[in-house]
Amino acid sequence: MSRQRMVWIGGLTIALALAPVGLSSFFISLLNDIGISVLVVLGLVMLTGIGGVTSFGQAAFVGIAAYATAWLSTSQHLSPWLGLVLALVTTAVFALAIGALTLRLGGHFLPLSTIAWGLSLSMLFGNIEALGSHTGLSNIPAISVGGMSLGHSRDMYYLIWGLVALSVWFCWRLLGSRPGRVIRSLRGGSVLLASVGADAYRVRLSLFVLAAVLAAVAGWLYAHTNRFVSPSPFDVRASIEYLLMAVAGGIGQLVGALLGSGVVLLVKNGLQDVLPLLTQKAGQLESVVFAAWFILMLHFARGGIMGFVRRLQRARTAAAPALAAELPASDRLPQRALPPRGQSILSVKGVVKRFGGLVAVNGVSFEVRAGEIVGLIGPNGAGKSTMFNLLTGVLNKTDGQVHFLGQDISALAQQHIARMGIARTFQHVKLRPHMSLLDNVALGAHLRSSRGILASGLGLNRAEEARIFDEARRQLARIGLAGREHELAGNLPLGTQRILEIARALAADPVLLILDEPAAGLRRKEKQELSELLRRLREDGVTILIVEHDMDFVMKLVDRLVVMNFGSKLTEGEPATVRTDPGVQAAYLGGVA
Amino acid sequence: MNWDIALILGIDGLASGAVYLLAGLGLVLVFSVTRVVFVPFGDIAAFSALTLAAFEMGRTPPTIGLVLVLTVLAVLTEVGSLVRQREWARVPRALLLWGGAPLLPCLLAWGVGGTSMSPALQIVVSVLLVVPVAPLLARVVLQPIANASALVLLMVSLALHFLLSGLGLMFFGPEGSRTQSLTNASFTLGAGFNVSGQVALMVACALVLSGLFFLMFERTLMGKALRATAVNRVGARLVGIRPARTALLAYGASSLLAGFIGVLIAPVTTMYYDSGFIIGLKAFVAAIIGGLVSYPMTAVGALAVGIVESFASFWSGALKDVIVFSLLIPVLLLRSYLTYHSEEDEEELDQ
Repeated sequence: MSRQRMVWIGGLTIALALAPVGLSSFFISLLNDIGISVLVVLGLVMLTGIGGVTSFGQAAFVGIAAYATAWLSTSQHLSPWLGLVLALVTTAVFALAIGALTLRLGGHFLPLSTIAWGLSLSMLFGNIEALGSHTGLSNIPAISVGGMSLGHSRDMYYLIWGLVALSVWFCWRLLGSRPGRVIRSLRGGSVLLASVGADAYRVRLSLFVLAAVLAAVAGWLYAHTNRFVSPSPFDVRASIEYLLMAVAGGIGQLVGALLGSGVVLLVKNGLQDVLPLLTQKAGQLESVVFAAWFILMLHFARGGIMGFVRRLQRARTAAAPALAAELPASDRLPQRALPPRGQSILSVKGVVKRFGGLVAVNGVSFEVRAGEIVGLIGPNGAGKSTMFNLLTGVLNKTDGQVHFLGQDISALAQQHIARMGIARTFQHVKLRPHMSLLDNVALGAHLRSSRGILASGLGLNRAEEARIFDEARRQLARIGLAGREHELAGNLPLGTQRILEIARALAADPVLLILDEPAAGLRRKEKQELSELLRRLREDGVTILIVEHDMDFVMKLVDRLVVMNFGSKLTEGEPATVRTDPGVQAAYLGGVA
Repeated sequence: MNWDIALILGIDGLASGAVYLLAGLGLVLVFSVTRVVFVPFGDIAAFSALTLAAFEMGRTPPTIGLVLVLTVLAVLTEVGSLVRQREWARVPRALLLWGGAPLLPCLLAWGVGGTSMSPALQIVVSVLLVVPVAPLLARVVLQPIANASALVLLMVSLALHFLLSGLGLMFFGPEGSRTQSLTNASFTLGAGFNVSGQVALMVACALVLSGLFFLMFERTLMGKALRATAVNRVGARLVGIRPARTALLAYGASSLLAGFIGVLIAPVTTMYYDSGFIIGLKAFVAAIIGGLVSYPMTAVGALAVGIVESFASFWSGALKDVIVFSLLIPVLLLRSYLTYHSEEDEEELDQ
């Protein structure tokens, strides 16, 4: 953590801790409201801003929790602390059910579904008699801690802001960790995540539940602070207001939650003071002002306040954080034992893939042995990419067998194939441009580590994180990018991005590395560097299968070639033999029939 | 439940289905051309109903003020963007189009408001008066960010609804109104079973309007331009279609549909300034059944929503809306399963 940031955090903490001393109880209640909102908006920043799942229904989760604890403590006369347990459990169960149903929805269907359940849930509150229908539940008891009742807003203040501090800390720790890197990679598609063995759907579901749990804590605090719940603070309008707070503060940053909630609620409060002086229709005007504000933000400042701050920060060059010392070999991530050189590791037998009437791959067989570089080549439309997708589990074969290390992998999903030791790169580079090189490569080591969201958020992952970053650094050094760990992947030229993908694949400690057209779009010099890198990897014992278009590049590099044409295998052999094969010449040059 | 009740509920469902059909068409039209889920659609329908109610009470409708406010904003936006591009020569025409055209229905309404005019004229003026609302809103709020992601557009559209309903409350007040029945006729079907003329009118209107809609789309060049923009914006531009203009046309047409919906339902339900939201959302369920692209499937969806709603209200009046909106989730699941999504278009809010 930089010194400047330490100063900021320290100052903010002291200011918040001392706030009740100097402020009137009116401002304390306002700060309490802000703190409660921060919790909800924090969840939205994690879910929407960072995870890319837009929710228009977050207020409904606050409502579930508030009603759960209100019901338990009024009609059942039980302790608010039991109410907290019930609130958390109920909200999590609802979130799990809703998330399991809807989080596979693609495109704009997912945000639309959040409107649907957000609306349905908030309507339900007003229609359940046990929950007081439209009038709600009142006389909710205050929370008491060790016999002391927190009935006064001054007493609630420390509970609320203590929970806010804990939650911000949790989310901050989480984002910098193994599951956090996956969360930050969710935007931009799940194929990359599957290739490193992470299940985007499960991560999204956990994130959804986490955001709901944060909303639930807010709901519990809300119920026991206001001592009264009714349906209207939990409807879609309230959800939109939380979203406004997130956007106003900066939806991509945790601090944005603090800033956004603060600014929006202060403005709201200010409007309630000022508007009645100007017009008699103050209440109406307030919602108009808010809607207009939200629209203006989305027009001109989608980055929110933190967007401006970041632009200012970028103007000054920030010093890259120092790297930790290298770990001793005994403390590194465990490596798997590679099969002895020459042993057959991948065997493809009579594989067929049909798309309707089109046979893209027609009875292709070949083998790859440990420690060699095999090239899979062929003219356009030969079926190379389809073959590639069959090997990596993106597509399912129609017929035939694919065995890897003696096990049939042709029915396995991408993540399981990755787990078995096949790592891949992409023809169209799939990196996370806003993440550092180090983070991008660390993503590759996902399957070699195990800490989940809870452990990471609580900070129980330090040893493992150190090992992951040590591994990522060594892989970066291996491909010649040592010293550039903290640059952003998006700032690299295409050639370097392709090499970075190889480092990510290597971080998975693969038995077999499959490269999809690694030389496409590279300049001559970059191609030479790539060849040298791949030769070095072969010397280290990595087996490589290259699907490639560029004959010159492949011929000089590989040990063996498999040539495909029109979906079938044309021939197989050493480069020199293949080069003189009349069938191959005909396929590439259009021979005399 | 016996057959008689089922029949009554079915006919009720048909009538509301007709309304959702018209609204669904408007939503699909706007979405397919602009990628905007036009949430404020229902608000415009409510405004047309309240306008008609004002006319019936012999008052000048407050809608005029609303349209004038939007006109001023639209003129400022348009002239501002022309000035920034240094296109001074186009300013007079812009003033005429954005400042002049929306004033016409306002003048008409102002002229006839307060006088005793025939109900037919009241209806025509009410519908005409809300027609500029959607195009003006679109010019001010949506067109400047037409290339933003669908998600940003959705957020803006939702915020726009809250803006409109706030304005609605300011201009129309919190009181609800119900207008006179458009027709007092009723038809007898079989054994003493009556269908009110209003219901028949609603269904007939839905059929005629959607028929016209179909003809416009299939047979006119304008309709083809709309379809072309819906299929591929860039491609449409390459053959000389201006997406901004087709978008305007789509907003205008949907505003017109909203106007019709308002005058059709005002006699059967009490309309408040914010009643439109729920109508719009239900039509939206129908439009999603059509995947937000297919008009025939939207029609089927609208009928389904109408009938589900009417039967749901028989079992539980309070929960009928919950039931209809919960229906959206299985529909979305099915739709999402049937539609292909490309991986890369998931990039959302910019940092």
